[in-house]
Amino acid sequence: MNLTLKIWRQKSRKDKGGFVEYKVSEISGHMSFLEMMDVLNEELIAKNEEPVVFDHDCREGICGSCSMFINGEAHGPDRGVTTCQLHMRKFKDGDKITIEPFRAKAFPVIKDLMVDRSSFDRIQQAGGYISVNTSGRPTDANSILIPKEDADLAMDAATCIGCGACVATCKNSSAMLFVGAKVSQYALLPQGKVEEKERVRNMVAQMDLEGFGACTNTGACEVECPKGISLDNIARMNRGFIGSWLLGE
Amino acid sequence: MSNFFSSSIGRKVTMSLSAIFLMTFLILHVTVNFTSVFSEDLYNSLSHFMGTNLLVQFILQPILIFGVVFHFVMGFILESKNRSSRGVNYAQYEGKNNSSWMSRNMVYSGLVILAFLAIHFIDFWLPELNTKYIQGDMSGMHDGAFRYYDELSHKFQPLWRVIGYCVSFILLSLHLFHGFSSSLQSLGIAASRKKLLKTIGQVYAIIIPLGFIIVAIYHYAIH
Ligand code: SF4
Ligand code: FES
Repeated sequence: MNLTLKIWRQKSRKDKGGFVEYKVSEISGHMSFLEMMDVLNEELIAKNEEPVVFDHDCREGICGSCSMFINGEAHGPDRGVTTCQLHMRKFKDGDKITIEPFRAKAFPVIKDLMVDRSSFDRIQQAGGYISVNTSGRPTDANSILIPKEDADLAMDAATCIGCGACVATCKNSSAMLFVGAKVSQYALLPQGKVEEKERVRNMVAQMDLEGFGACTNTGACEVECPKGISLDNIARMNRGFIGSWLLGE
Repeated sequence: MSNFFSSSIGRKVTMSLSAIFLMTFLILHVTVNFTSVFSEDLYNSLSHFMGTNLLVQFILQPILIFGVVFHFVMGFILESKNRSSRGVNYAQYEGKNNSSWMSRNMVYSGLVILAFLAIHFIDFWLPELNTKYIQGDMSGMHDGAFRYYDELSHKFQPLWRVIGYCVSFILLSLHLFHGFSSSLQSLGIAASRKKLLKTIGQVYAIIIPLGFIIVAIYHYAIH
């Protein structure tokens, strides 16, 4: 495949940035999108040009770092995949592909396609944990019976990899799918229930502080989320948040 | 509690509650209007009751106005906050691949409804206020008969008005298609997952605007 890439280049957070077009040739359909980017970068390095900076680590859909907005969609046109899992066979010979960084005020660009998602870390630090020390012996976990259904739902929520595609996709740059998932993974389990009220309040407060928008229930995040995190988690977070005010101190 | 109302979820909750209040009001409004299709007398007496009852006029009506104004103002506050959360806009954004047109354009359907309400206010409401509270004529009569039905059917004589009216209600329908389930979702009820609630929402979004449209077309057609 021969492709034209229209890539956002930005030297630093302060730089205005802009698009630059590149051509890549002989791209195999079996390559991942990141491997295609590697081909481009090798060519750029060979020509003594600055390679395109992008985040990546695991390259198997676990770490959530490979943020790219490809042809108008987070992680490109495929469903249930991250950019590193996106195959080039999803594109055709001669295609022009527009590649932008994830855009949100709370995700400032560091360089080129790499954005700073530490706002997610700060939301986690505001309450995405349980403060109980365990003994390290498995009896703790095994002595509390948890209904299978709850365990499954908590596990589903916990599959969120914090990639930020939900924010990038949402027309409101809302982080509610991410926060909903992080709230739910604890709220559904007895160990997490104890601090449920403070957790949801503190995480939502931090989310607002970071400048994310408010969900208008378009459902785009759920469609684009590589892990299929359900909108039900947002409803659960809303219930928890409302409850924390109605039934709180 | 002030923290609740200044939070993103708190604001969404107030948006939903005002929406649910307005959706309830629409049921009442369309029911009264629809009586004009089959009974002139019933429509006249209901209108007279609504127009002169103290509870309706001085308690429910101010609450309704507050609800309408609140829903619009909060809607615009949320929209502008949400827009500014993006920072730099995307060069290419394919919203149609992951969400419905209705859900992405609530502010535009809302603006059409707002424009409609402004005209509705000048058309129906100001003359009513003038007759009742400035001229002091609470009788609801004109030439010895109730005036409400005649006024209504008279309004729907010009074709342009009927067309404008229908277009506004089609936009209302689109607004409700997303708004019904969205308002429940914001309150923590995952309505899009509950088949029954979803169906009720869709039926509501069709029936209510259709009711208003039928009334307009009926009065246009019989003259
Ligand atoms: S909810 Fe989905 S899209 Fe959002 S951060 Fe988690 S995995 Fe990524
Ligand atoms: S590089 Fe880890 S998810 Fe893509």
